[in-house]
Amino acid sequence: MRYVIVGCGRVGAALAEALDNDGHDVTILDTSTRAFDRLSGEFKGQAIRGDGTDEDVLLKAGADGADVLLALTEGDNRNVMAAQVAMEKLNVQKTVAKINDPVRAAAYAELGLATVCRTTMLTDAILGYLAGRPTGMPSVIAPVPHVHADEAGAEGHATPAGSPAAPQGRS
Amino acid sequence: MFVLVVGGGKVGYYLTKELIESGHEVVLMEKDRERAAAIIEELGSVVVPHDGCEGKYLGEAGSNRADIVAAVTGDDEDNLVICQMAKHHFDVPKTIARVNNPKNEHLFRHLGVDEIISPTRMALGSIEQDIPVHELLHLAALDNELEIIEAQLQFDSPAVGRTPGDLVIPEACSLFAVVRDGVATALRSDTVLKEGDKVIAIGKADCERLLHEQLIGTTSGASRD
Repeated sequence: MRYVIVGCGRVGAALAEALDNDGHDVTILDTSTRAFDRLSGEFKGQAIRGDGTDEDVLLKAGADGADVLLALTEGDNRNVMAAQVAMEKLNVQKTVAKINDPVRAAAYAELGLATVCRTTMLTDAILGYLAGRPTGMPSVIAPVPHVHADEAGAEGHATPAGSPAAPQGRS
Repeated sequence: MFVLVVGGGKVGYYLTKELIESGHEVVLMEKDRERAAAIIEELGSVVVPHDGCEGKYLGEAGSNRADIVAAVTGDDEDNLVICQMAKHHFDVPKTIARVNNPKNEHLFRHLGVDEIISPTRMALGSIEQDIPVHELLHLAALDNELEIIEAQLQFDSPAVGRTPGDLVIPEACSLFAVVRDGVATALRSDTVLKEGDKVIAIGKADCERLLHEQLIGTTSGASRD
């Protein structure tokens, strides 16, 4: 599959490497070449400097007809725009935009954009962890040695290691 | 009329000022606190010192009862999101976005922004009208991705000496007028085109390549450098 990732932060870089390792064709974009220092020497994909909200830049990066575009910069609006350019103008099949403002994330999910909201994910995960509820996300890993013996029978204190990392409830 | 202006740069500031002077109710959102304070000093308490991209603040500034939201920050992506949030989340009847990259105009319209202001396009239009270039000239962008385009025929244009009936014109496009020696006339299918004619066409942006071939020519000798 052909992936384009906009934003080479920690998440973008980690995903780029994971997808590259799985044998996919990966192109990652960032406005700063220094961001590419996060990629290991073994990364075999392409790293291109440029603004991922600019249609011309995305075209140069080969986004036209790509299978997936992941918009993961630090700017919510840049991510929204990159994902929409990809879907509306470049026929990208699937996009995910990181939107950290929960109101905007919910609004765009309603508009048909797959969104990941760090704010909601972390709040859910932390509150769930504190309440001893399973969250379905391995965001918080329970410190195994400290699980109380009397709770060992209660379900779901420790998060199962293999639980899905995909965002939930998106259509 | 209640107008919510987002972005307190030069455009947002003067827009707010003019709207107040013409008696409208206006709220200006500016996320930079110092800039917001400076505008409050001049225009009074019409400024909300918060980021208009943030859903919570856009709601608090009264977007759900705004007649118009005008997003005039310096960043296209911010203006797009402000307008989409206003339109789809707060049901604002009319949204206006400033667009810096002319390539974004169609996308913004397609995504539901009602009006586009493009300073780059306007400047480009004025410059192109003054310099003779062997290119198509964009006179106006209309709804539904339609554009009015002008082509000035040079001596090497493949259309010179021919009639519109001889040309291969894209389906979604029509040549409707010719300006010759400063006089505009409707273009008939038997009008013989001459060097120096300005042919006016209306059509979708994706007809441009074919129009260029037919009216300007494809030879690289006609490049602007």
